Amino acid sequence: MKITLNNRMEVLENTYQMTVQQLIEKKNFTFKFLVTKINGKLVKRDERDSAIVRDGDDVAIIHLISGG
Amino acid sequence: MTFEEIQRRLSGKIVGIAGAGGLGSNCAIALARVGIGKLIITDFDIVNKSNLNRQYYFYKQIGQKKVLALKENIIAINPAVEVEAYDVKLTPDSIITLFSDCDVIVEAFDLAEMKQMIIETVLSELPGKPLVTGLGMAGWGDTNSLRFREEGNLYICGDEKSEISEDSPPLAPRVGIVANMQANTVLELLLK
Repeated sequence: MKITLNNRMEVLENTYQMTVQQLIEKKNFTFKFLVTKINGKLVKRDERDSAIVRDGDDVAIIHLISGG
Repeated sequence: MTFEEIQRRLSGKIVGIAGAGGLGSNCAIALARVGIGKLIITDFDIVNKSNLNRQYYFYKQIGQKKVLALKENIIAINPAVEVEAYDVKLTPDSIITLFSDCDVIVEAFDLAEMKQMIIETVLSELPGKPLVTGLGMAGWGDTNSLRFREEGNLYICGDEKSEISEDSPPLAPRVGIVANMQANTVLELLLK
């Protein structure tokens, strides 16, 4: 499937859908604290195992960095 | 717009600032200078000597509660600003209670965990409320990596990559740049 991930086109071979958590693991996003959205809608951290990313979706995975 | 017009428009606005450390204290001072009507500031910490490398406090304020010291500094610059100072550690519930009347909320925490908490809370519980976050400002130099982008109602200021560490501490220049980018974003939203 083809999705937009953080404003970039991303082609994921041999899959037509996956959970947000699977996408995070596939992309090796190792940050402990993230904010995830599908098509502009927040996916809370405890919903990542159930929220499904499908072909054509616009996914944002924001990395939260300490400091301030 | 003249400065008088800007002040007139800003005088009726309320901005919430979650955290009074490097981002929050400097952002609050910038907003106070331009004449925001009301600032709602929260923090649970006291001023420490190690904060003075970036935070808008003075040596003589060491040991004071940050929110009270910051209120004092804001009033010393612009007594027309109304400041509500809360010495609390924010939770999802208190974010909703304290900030729901704000025109814009500024995320100014230091810990990633707290940044996640406020972003998720505002996006889910206060839909449509603009939230200006600071992500990535450790170290020095590399000015061109500090940038701004919009993610719906979430406005992101910072390099989104530099983590603080023993060898890359947060310091006045880069933290100040990001704090002022946040204040600049608040103005852009309020003067639209």
